[in-house]
Amino acid sequence: MELRKAGIFFAAVSMTATAAAEATESLNALVWCDHTDPALIEPFEREHDVRVNLKEYEGTGTALAIVDQSRPGDWDVFVIDGVDVPRAVDAGLLAPLPADELPTENLFPELVMPENHTRDGVTYAISEKFGYNTISYNRDNVDPADMTDMSVIWGDKYSGRIAVYDYYLPIIGMVALGLGINTAEISASDLPAIRDKLFEMKDNSKQVGEVVSSQTAIATGEVDVLVGGGEWVTAGLTTELPELDWVVPEQGGVRWSQSIGVFAESEKKELALEFVKYILSPEGQARLATSSCYWAMPANMAAAEHLSDAQRAALRWNSQPDYLARSQLYPAPDIELDAMMQDVWTEFLQR
Amino acid sequence: MSGGAWTRERILALGFVLPALAWTLVFFVAPFGFMVAMSLWRRAGAELVRDWSLVNYLGFLARPHFVEGLLNSIEIAAIVTAASVALAYPLAWFIAARVPAGWQRIALALAIVPFWTSYVVRSYAWTLVLSNKGVVNEWLTSAGLISEPLQLSSTRFATVTGFVHFFVMLSTLTIFANLKQLSPNYARAAADLGAGGFQTFRLVVLPLTLPGIMVGGFLSFALCLGDYITPQILGGNNELVLPQIIMLQLGRRADFPMASALSIILMLTVTLAYLACARWLKLERA
Repeated sequence: MELRKAGIFFAAVSMTATAAAEATESLNALVWCDHTDPALIEPFEREHDVRVNLKEYEGTGTALAIVDQSRPGDWDVFVIDGVDVPRAVDAGLLAPLPADELPTENLFPELVMPENHTRDGVTYAISEKFGYNTISYNRDNVDPADMTDMSVIWGDKYSGRIAVYDYYLPIIGMVALGLGINTAEISASDLPAIRDKLFEMKDNSKQVGEVVSSQTAIATGEVDVLVGGGEWVTAGLTTELPELDWVVPEQGGVRWSQSIGVFAESEKKELALEFVKYILSPEGQARLATSSCYWAMPANMAAAEHLSDAQRAALRWNSQPDYLARSQLYPAPDIELDAMMQDVWTEFLQR
Repeated sequence: MSGGAWTRERILALGFVLPALAWTLVFFVAPFGFMVAMSLWRRAGAELVRDWSLVNYLGFLARPHFVEGLLNSIEIAAIVTAASVALAYPLAWFIAARVPAGWQRIALALAIVPFWTSYVVRSYAWTLVLSNKGVVNEWLTSAGLISEPLQLSSTRFATVTGFVHFFVMLSTLTIFANLKQLSPNYARAAADLGAGGFQTFRLVVLPLTLPGIMVGGFLSFALCLGDYITPQILGGNNELVLPQIIMLQLGRRADFPMASALSIILMLTVTLAYLACARWLKLERA
C-alpha cells in the first residue's frame, strides 16, 4: 500500500497541523493519508487537549529515511505496513506495548499476526486496518465471471482496458498467486516466470498509476479493470458508481494490512499509547475505516456497531471470513530479494 | 586611485558579493559536493557503505532500462524544446510586431496565464482533456472523424503536450524580450538592400534573435529533463524518464547513493546541453 499513503491528497508530503492549535501538548505521528482525516483526529485532540501533527509518507523506505534524518524523540507514533513491522523492530525503532491494554482479542484472528508484531513475547505493534489488492472492475463493461480467474490480468481479452496499481509488492504477489506460488514462498528462482507474466500484463494494460490515477481511470471509464484494486478503490464510490465492483479471484488475493506502534525514542510514550488505544477503539476504528482518503476494513471487529449497514456492505463485512481465508499477506522479501523485485518492477514500468 | 581606496572598494565589493557567495556555497556547492560523495558510496542491504567506488555508475550502465530512461528523457526534452520554440516564436513575433505597444503587456500577461495555475493541477487537467471520454475524443467523435477514441492519454504524446503547454510560455517570454531589443533599422536596411520579407527574416531577424531562442530552448530542455511530475501524471508509466527512476530509488529503496549517481548523470547531460549552446547563452546578447 505504498502510494496509497500519498493518497487522494496528492500534494507533497506535508506536516499537517490539525485543529486544537492552542492545545497544551503535541504528538508527532508518521502516518498514511487515512490518518489525516480531521474526523478521525479531532475527537482525540479534544479529549486529550493535544495537537496531533501528522506527516504522510510514501513507502516504508521513505519513512525509515525520515526517521533516520530526524532527531531522537521527534516522532511518537508510527503507522507502518504490517509486513514491515519486523524491519522496524530490527532497527530498534519501536517501543514495547502493554499487550494487556490492547484489544487484541477483538481483532480478526488473521490480523493478530504475532510473527510480525511480537518478538520474544514482547508486543511492538498492532494491526489497525486491512484490505485486499485484487481486481476491481466495471461490471457494466466486463464479464464478472472473467474476473474470478487471476489469469485475466495478463490475458488479452481486455487489452487496452486494464490499469495496474503502481506498487510492486501486491502486484508481484497477485501474479505469483496466479502462477500457484504462495506469496510467502516467492524466491529469486520464481522471478523469471513472474517477470514474463508481468510483461504480458504490461503489453495489455493501458497505464500503471498510483492511487489517484488508478481510481480516476476506473471511475471515469478510461479503463474497465484495475489490477491491484479492491475495497480501497471502490468502497468510497459505491453511492456514485454502483457499477464498480471488486472480487477476490479463485486463486486468492493479496492482503495488505497496516499496523501502529509507538517510537522507542518518543518522550511522550503514554500519550502515544493513548493515541494507539484510541485508533484501536471501536469508534476510532470505524472512523479510520471510512477515512476520507481511503476506506478499508478495520482490524477490530467491534467497529461493526459503529458502522452503518451501507458502510458495512461497501466494506463487504459479511464476506470477510471467506476473503481472509483465501487471501495471503503481501510478499515480505529480504533486502536482496526486494532489490531484485524492484528491478523487475522498473523493467516492467519501462517496457 | 590610491591603494587604500582601492582596498576599501574591494572590501566593499566583497561585502556585497559575500551574501550571494555564501548562499551559493551553502545551498549549492556544499550539497552538490555531498551528492557527488554520496554517488560514490553504496548501499549494502540497509546500510550505507562509505567506500569510494563507481559501483552506482556501473550499475546504471549495466541496467538497460536505466539507460533507456536517460534516452527517453533526452528524446522527450528535445521534442518538447523544438515544439515549444516553434510555437513560441510566431507568438512572440506577433506580440512584438503586430500588437500595439499599449496592449503588449496585456497580451504577454494572457500568454503566461497558464503559469498562474498549479503545475500538478494543470497536468491532471490534461488527463481529462486527453482521456478516452475527454474533450478531444468527444469532439472528434461528435464530428464523425473517428468511431473509436484515440489513445491519447497515458502516452508520450500526452507527456509532450503537457510539457509544451508550459514551455511555450517560457520561450515566448525570452524570444519576445530579444525581438523587442532588435532595432527596426535592421529590417529597414535589409529592405533597402533589396531583401524580401522572408529573406529579411531568415538572414537578419532570425540570426539576431537566436540568443532568445537558445535561452528559451535551453531553459525548456533543462527543466523538462529534470521534471518528474508531468511524465508521472500524463505518461501513465508506460515509459520511464530518468527523474522517475531516481524517485523509485528514493521512495522505495531509500537508495540515496544510486539516486545521487543518477542525478549526477542528469546534471552532466544538462551540462553537455549547455556547452552545446553556450555561445548563444551569453547574457549580454540575450
